[in-house]
Amino acid sequence: MYDFDFERPATLADAVAALKDEGATALAGGQTLIPTLKQRLAMPERLVSLAALDELKGLSASGGVLTVGAATTHAQVAGQTDYPALAALAAGIGDPHVRNRGTIGGSLANNDPSACYPAAALGSGATIVTNAREIPADEFFSGLFETALEDDEIITAVRFPIPDAAAYVKFEQPASRFALVGVFVSKGSGGVRVAVTGASEEGVFRWADGEAALSADFSPEALDGLSVSTGDLIGDVHGGPDYRAHLIGVLAKRAVMAAG
Amino acid sequence: MPADGGIGAPNKRREDVRFLTGKGRYTDDINVSGQAYVWFLRSNVAHGRINSVDTAAAQAMPGVIRVFTGADFEAVGGIPCGWQVTDRHGEPMQEPAHPVLAQGKVRHVGDPIAAVVAETVEQARDAAEAIEADIDELPAVVDMKAALEPGAPKVHDDLTGNLCYDWGFVEENREAVAKAFDAAAHVTTLELKNNRLIANAMEPRVAIGEYNSATGDHTLYTTSQNPHVIRLLMGAFVLGIPEHKLRVVAPDVGGGFGSKIFHYAEEAFCTFAAKEVNRPVKWTATRSEAFITDAHGRDHVTKIELALDADNNFTALRTETYANMGAYLSTFAPSVPTWLHGTLMAGNYRTPLIYVNVKAVFTNTVPVDAYRGAGRPEATFQLERVIDKAARELGVDPIALRRQNFITEFPYATPVAVEYDTGDYVATMDKLEEIADLAGFEARRAESAANGKLRGLGVNCYIEACGIAPSHLVGQLGARAGLYESATVRVNATGGLVVMTGSHSHGQGHETAFPQVVAEMIGIDPNMVEIVHGDTANTPMGMGTYGSRSLAVGGSAIVRATEKIINKAKKIAAHLMEASEGDIELRDGQFSVAGTDKSVAWGDVTLAAYVPHNYPLEEIEPGLEETAFYDPNNFTFPAGAYACEVEVDPDTGKVTIERFAAADDFGNIVNPMIVDGQVHGGLGQGIGQALLEQAVYDEDGQLITGSYMDYAMPRADDVPSYVVDHSCATPCTHNPLGVKGCGEAGAIGSPPAVVNAVVDALQRAGKDVTHIDMPLSPSRVWQAMNP
Repeated sequence: MYDFDFERPATLADAVAALKDEGATALAGGQTLIPTLKQRLAMPERLVSLAALDELKGLSASGGVLTVGAATTHAQVAGQTDYPALAALAAGIGDPHVRNRGTIGGSLANNDPSACYPAAALGSGATIVTNAREIPADEFFSGLFETALEDDEIITAVRFPIPDAAAYVKFEQPASRFALVGVFVSKGSGGVRVAVTGASEEGVFRWADGEAALSADFSPEALDGLSVSTGDLIGDVHGGPDYRAHLIGVLAKRAVMAAG
Repeated sequence: MPADGGIGAPNKRREDVRFLTGKGRYTDDINVSGQAYVWFLRSNVAHGRINSVDTAAAQAMPGVIRVFTGADFEAVGGIPCGWQVTDRHGEPMQEPAHPVLAQGKVRHVGDPIAAVVAETVEQARDAAEAIEADIDELPAVVDMKAALEPGAPKVHDDLTGNLCYDWGFVEENREAVAKAFDAAAHVTTLELKNNRLIANAMEPRVAIGEYNSATGDHTLYTTSQNPHVIRLLMGAFVLGIPEHKLRVVAPDVGGGFGSKIFHYAEEAFCTFAAKEVNRPVKWTATRSEAFITDAHGRDHVTKIELALDADNNFTALRTETYANMGAYLSTFAPSVPTWLHGTLMAGNYRTPLIYVNVKAVFTNTVPVDAYRGAGRPEATFQLERVIDKAARELGVDPIALRRQNFITEFPYATPVAVEYDTGDYVATMDKLEEIADLAGFEARRAESAANGKLRGLGVNCYIEACGIAPSHLVGQLGARAGLYESATVRVNATGGLVVMTGSHSHGQGHETAFPQVVAEMIGIDPNMVEIVHGDTANTPMGMGTYGSRSLAVGGSAIVRATEKIINKAKKIAAHLMEASEGDIELRDGQFSVAGTDKSVAWGDVTLAAYVPHNYPLEEIEPGLEETAFYDPNNFTFPAGAYACEVEVDPDTGKVTIERFAAADDFGNIVNPMIVDGQVHGGLGQGIGQALLEQAVYDEDGQLITGSYMDYAMPRADDVPSYVVDHSCATPCTHNPLGVKGCGEAGAIGSPPAVVNAVVDALQRAGKDVTHIDMPLSPSRVWQAMNP
């Protein structure tokens, strides 16, 4: 990796201030950033570690909402019992090393088009809380590795309304075991949501036709005959847009079945 | 299990203690005082003309000792090729130059343009980024057939085109084979690809060059399967260093699978640069570099045709293969699609007429060479796939069709120039049907169907030629080397032995298995025997480890050297017991005089050899150390039958391997546990090829699958719990151990079993699918089901 300055602020305010520097990059769990640096694919002048910020830590559930601190690792999310579908999703990310270093805030801020957490946030109708504001998931994800975050904005927590029923089903890309396609389905007070990751050139998205069908009848059969437009879908050595479109339907049905 | 831990005992691998506790000593663990580091600037285009390489800025960077370019290597040789193939018109193959650093053109992504030697690896890398290489990108050729079209861009301007050779085998049979096809009652044709693979040894390649300016001695530490071969190739053909001034050390090596047989430019660079800068020079490949510099494997495009008579007897076989050589000829590349492939096309079957045509092609890709099995998997895959297709076309049972055409009498001279000394294909198939519980398949299929899954059964046979190889024969076939093996057995005064072998162990378990052979012969504890390998300074000239040759050839050399030891020890024992040498018997480590109760122990004799107070000095020299070179007089022919059961998820196309059984005939077995492990590992790699692995280039010659994000390696949960059996043993008739070799079998025999099983599952489900090219990824299987 190239040389860089390293800073580990103790307070959120200091971290935000540090990120105002042009050339500064936030470091959360580092599960994407560190390999990128090692391959010299990024050249930040300064890394601002978020590891010492107490404001980003902790999990709590009350009033039907699970609040997850942004620095919470996947392994910690996997260990909570208030939102089982979210726990199962976190338990399926990466390998034990990744799950014990990677954080939910880092994953959402990175918005990898094949990551699992964006599907959970969008599919749950979560709220992304930052040092400056609260952003509904519907407004947070804005494209491949793009989010609504400003350069000096730090995610502090994610609030998940706990649905009545939910499940995430991932079909793994054979090499990376990221989601070739992953579908998160939930049914709660806000209605039915179907969020799809891994499939689109635009990143995570909601499958509107699927949501409409499931709102009328929350059963796998309700999705029979629906098809997904291949327009924005990814084609690569692991599968073409038509295959991914097909998988969205298959996995959505399986998720509905698993959600019960 | 033998109580003495000798031949046949499943002794635990002694080397695993250090491997599993982090005590292995790999090349990267070696650090030589004063060493500098090299970073290679590599081409990021597949094909380009080098206008200039400006190193001035790089040379001025902190820590830089010297920057090298292709011009620095104009006075030395290029990377040599170790095998010359003669084409079907009697002409030698086209053999391009392969400079250590690129000269004039770059020919694949990863081709080294320049190299920076600096105090630290980061400084070397920083400086490499400051080199200004002015390169005009040229159109690349990636597809083999396109590369042979008139007007295609030429990888090497000084060659007539991109055809390395057009090989016909057996050329004299060409017309007779054509006639047999004309007369056939049925012809089955199959076009297929054997997917390009990357070995992905756990340990990336490393090289450290060291030069002693006082003595003129060079040392190269390197990740190699055959240090003596590297010493000979690099010393004689590249750098002009005589062997007595060049030591090559290959210590613990973390897997090779063929990819560490070859002599690589980085080895020559580090050796050369160490003298130039008068500092040791170390290079450790990154994993990303490994993807674009380690020789790749396979990459054949094939059309195979099988002719049968009205009774379903095979009457002729014809194949046409395009074999990718990549941009340069790697050490043994030309031999892989020819002599290691064409000679195996008879398989386990009586096919009287065979013609094999292979066109080897240069492309703007990484060089392709031997990878576990090397030519034999390609032969087995196409043959066993076309037989399966023929059975389905004819509506006969695939196993019955195979049984009907089995070779049953040995020795058997094939129409492709080899003679199988022994085998029993009926017995291995019988054993397979038993251990795979083929009788229970229908019940398991019904159970899968109840769960919404499509179950299929794939069965196939394989044969391979191992114990490579008789030197006089391979010399006629174009090898520029002998393929004997060597051993020195040194007995110490107190009775322990050190065996110095020319073989190299990089996962095969030599340090455990070889002592079992010596211990068996003398009747002592195998822990009294130590194995030394991997250093040209203290081992006799050997050819190294590949082609499942180490026990068959290297083990035989150990037997011969140990026989010499025993003969001399008997002379000493006879003297000590005042008996006739001819009456001396050796059993359980005791020498005795036949018909008497006189005896002396092994240790008494070895002590006498080194403390010759009471010794026949007028007849024999003191000491007990012997060397033997063993040159086999034939290949060995391991064979077997494999069965794979898969489930296909019809909704996603995902294939899971539910059962896998392997019945192998490896001849005699020295350590059955190690054999099990070798088969398991080979099956894992074969299943990886069948379901997961593929090196993919785009049309510009960029490697799309250049990391583990896109190159899919098999993991533990991709493979089932295997059932393996090697009780059907027909011992090799021509080596002293009766062994055949087991290292490659799994990788050779398993890909067709997997593909046969998937095709079976889809056909049973009513799908009109006759073939799917590997890897059988979910999307490919789904596409085949939903055309």
